[in-house]
Amino acid sequence: MLAKRIIPCLDVKDGETVKGTNFVNLRSAGDPVELGKAYSEQGADELAFLDITASHEGRKTFTEMVTRVAATVNIPFTVGGGIGELRDVDRLLCAGADKVSVNSAALRRPELIDEIANHFGSQVCVVAIDARQDSDGHWTCYLNGGRVPTERSLFEWAHEVQERGAGEILFTSMNHDGVKAGFANDALRRLSDTLSIPIIASGGAGCMQHFRDVFTEGRADAALAASVFHFGEISIPELKHYLQTEGITIRL
Amino acid sequence: MKVAIVKYNAGNIYSVVHALKRLGVEPVVTDDAATLRSADRVLFPGQGEASQAMSYLRQHGLDEVIRSLRQPVLGICIGQQLMCRHSEEGDTDCLGIFPVDVLKFQPTRHEDKVPHMGWNELRTMSDERWKMENGSFVYFVHSFYVPVCEFTSAVTDYIIPFSAALHRDNFFATQFHPEKSGAVGEHILRMFLEL
Repeated sequence: MLAKRIIPCLDVKDGETVKGTNFVNLRSAGDPVELGKAYSEQGADELAFLDITASHEGRKTFTEMVTRVAATVNIPFTVGGGIGELRDVDRLLCAGADKVSVNSAALRRPELIDEIANHFGSQVCVVAIDARQDSDGHWTCYLNGGRVPTERSLFEWAHEVQERGAGEILFTSMNHDGVKAGFANDALRRLSDTLSIPIIASGGAGCMQHFRDVFTEGRADAALAASVFHFGEISIPELKHYLQTEGITIRL
Repeated sequence: MKVAIVKYNAGNIYSVVHALKRLGVEPVVTDDAATLRSADRVLFPGQGEASQAMSYLRQHGLDEVIRSLRQPVLGICIGQQLMCRHSEEGDTDCLGIFPVDVLKFQPTRHEDKVPHMGWNELRTMSDERWKMENGSFVYFVHSFYVPVCEFTSAVTDYIIPFSAALHRDNFFATQFHPEKSGAVGEHILRMFLEL
């Protein structure tokens, strides 16, 4: 059986790991390469590194970090943040990343997804979607780390990115992110039931039961989280043993 | 030990280079026939599309070089598929080292997503030289598969049982990526180096 994946996400600014709560209030959590190695040794199935630096210098530092991760870590890893054109993808894949995730740039220019899929294959193209559910139940996609709303609805955009060749969708519910009360399982199930590419759930992990629920109720293929891992609230070995006892296929 | 990696138009060769370096081996990445022939071990990794990869190998005479190698050779992912007889991907005639045809996954249920991507389990067959641990998880990314045949050393179940690893004489192959499969993958690469 294909195992459900646990993916720690490391937000990286100027070469340091940080984690935002509801996308603000950053706290430092150490060296991303060392942290990534520690997570892989603990049993993480993949890693995600998100560049939250805006400057040109920061980009360069991030690319250097990707090279060090590739030399150090023996599991797949995805990198994202600030990817706007094919040249950025090429630079990060050459540095040793296995996949790239695109977000705002794909919403601004959806052809970017086709270009990545055609040049490098769908398997490297993760499309990250940040969306917020309004009080009337409608899910709206946001740009720029959740700061700018768009005209796009979550489900319409998710279908389009699949058609354009995305290999996976990384869906973050802004309603759930940082709240630690569980993942957006209803929306995740709807995505998983209607799309044919894997769905990575993000936003809302607070305890181990939330991971069980995102796989059973949300039918996600993978679950991504940051602070619960970075601050030791959930240990990956413990989480994976718990999920196995709950009957979920997991790599131990 | 001289370890050579076949250089051709398939991507993601550098993760194999890094994995070998972590095992203390400094590989050369080359398309030079003499260097490949004189190496102690040859790795043939990659991700890519079968027909483009085969036409590149033919144009550069690498198809004949790979077929005629006598030392242990390890094909990885598209490398395993190219070592077979024919691939449905681009209706491509391949190297024919393993007399079996590569097919495209045909999903029968919604949950069966293609590509098969992520960690899946090995069911090992009795193979004294290419022995992997039964039940261990390894990392896959592929849409085409090699059916189970007489040269299958390990089986994985996804949609149907398929060949996760092959072995015939000095030729070894894995559909999964040992270079991305954590400690299990490192063990498999080390086993290949120590054959």
